[in-house]
Amino acid sequence: MEIPKSFLGYKRENGRAGTRNHVIILPVDDISNACAEAVSNNIKGTIALPHSYGRLQFGADLELHFRTMIGTGSNPNVAAVIVIGIEPKWTKKIVDGIAKTGKPVEGFHIERTGDIGTVMKASKKAQEFVMWASEKQREECPISDLWISVKCGESDTTSGLASNPTVGNLMDKLEPLGVHLCFGETSELTGAEKVCATRGATKEASDKFMKTWSAYNDFILKEATDDLSESQPTAGNIAGGLTTIEEKAFGNFQKIGNCKFIDVLEPAEEPKKGKGLYFMDTSSAAAECVTLQAAAGFNIHLFPTGQGNIVGNPIEPVVKLTANPLTAKSMSEHVDCDVSKILSREMNLSEAGDKLIETTLRVANGRLTCAEALGHKEFVMTKLYRSA
Amino acid sequence: MATEVIIHDQKDNVGVVVIEKITPKQECTCWIMENDSSTSIQSKDEIPLGHKIAMNDLNEGDTILKYGHDIGKVVKPIKKGEHVHVHNVKTKKW
Repeated sequence: MEIPKSFLGYKRENGRAGTRNHVIILPVDDISNACAEAVSNNIKGTIALPHSYGRLQFGADLELHFRTMIGTGSNPNVAAVIVIGIEPKWTKKIVDGIAKTGKPVEGFHIERTGDIGTVMKASKKAQEFVMWASEKQREECPISDLWISVKCGESDTTSGLASNPTVGNLMDKLEPLGVHLCFGETSELTGAEKVCATRGATKEASDKFMKTWSAYNDFILKEATDDLSESQPTAGNIAGGLTTIEEKAFGNFQKIGNCKFIDVLEPAEEPKKGKGLYFMDTSSAAAECVTLQAAAGFNIHLFPTGQGNIVGNPIEPVVKLTANPLTAKSMSEHVDCDVSKILSREMNLSEAGDKLIETTLRVANGRLTCAEALGHKEFVMTKLYRSA
Repeated sequence: MATEVIIHDQKDNVGVVVIEKITPKQECTCWIMENDSSTSIQSKDEIPLGHKIAMNDLNEGDTILKYGHDIGKVVKPIKKGEHVHVHNVKTKKW
């Protein structure tokens, strides 16, 4: 298949391109959710991103909070942002961070005004933003403007046999065209960590990966009260035939094809070394991982599933694929790309990779994903430890 | 060609059932992905889609190989053709 050299995206002020054109209402903290949701209810075409944190966090955990907030607002799939927090200082810090992209952003704080006054002021600005954004047109963008993140979920043995290698095949074909790629799930590489480390493009990248994996593994061993059966692998994984974390890890790892990773990113850290594959230190929980990848600037996500994970994200479209024929049949409303014919050997891996590239480009051009049509907007912040 | 079991790597001692289920004493055609070759096995158990079948007799303490790599240890003897899963295999991690 000849791979198209371009897609239709929204060009942003900072040179990036979006596959979506969202106006988001971003609460700085948990107690500002009500206000943010009221604004998005008032002004049609905006999305509120409620979440559970943002108060009394400190140190690396607070830095991650700000990185996720600012990164989410800065993502090229977002045209404009309203930030609402309880206090002015942290609200302003997030507004200033997003403003560096050059996109419209305005902050409101609730103290000394109350919810009702804040909702009124923020709604007026949100209306202005959404009407402005509605005139933006899709334009031809080079395929290298795609930043593709990947994460698998509710995996089973069909993931490692077929749907994850399909993503790997797509990576092998798109990497030479200059796209940015990102995989994560630190804990789910356990058992395959040494093999994964050999896929660093440099010794520095490999060493950084092993250091990151070891730190996560030490944390799990410290907190574990049992052998993690029912957590890793999950009950769903086991029902689907996966027996051990090692088996899950080698399946997971198929997603990067033959690519080598050029750097290891902190959670939600924007890649800075140019095109190519990155590893990000993330949880293996679907919504947490995708939220971090979206906050790092990735504009389209590929999600292979075995037993049928249904996750979505409010700003980054999540393309689902499965090779499990039972899932493809019984949960078809969640499946954007069915590659189950690989198992019956009616389709080979390269054909499946082409089919996924085609689906990915259609979604990049504007076709809604199943998760978008079904209203999946899971926005889940990663919290590193207890608040002060 | 009908394939009931797929094996990732020539070195693997387990294969994955890729039809809805296989039944005891079923003659299964196995496809080895790594080198595009075929082999066969007779099942001893009913094994559902996605679950593993032992390609050899395995003793307690043996290593299960899949993708050509170590994915865990045998904790209960397994006969060729039997179902391989959490009841007879455990992780070497955690």
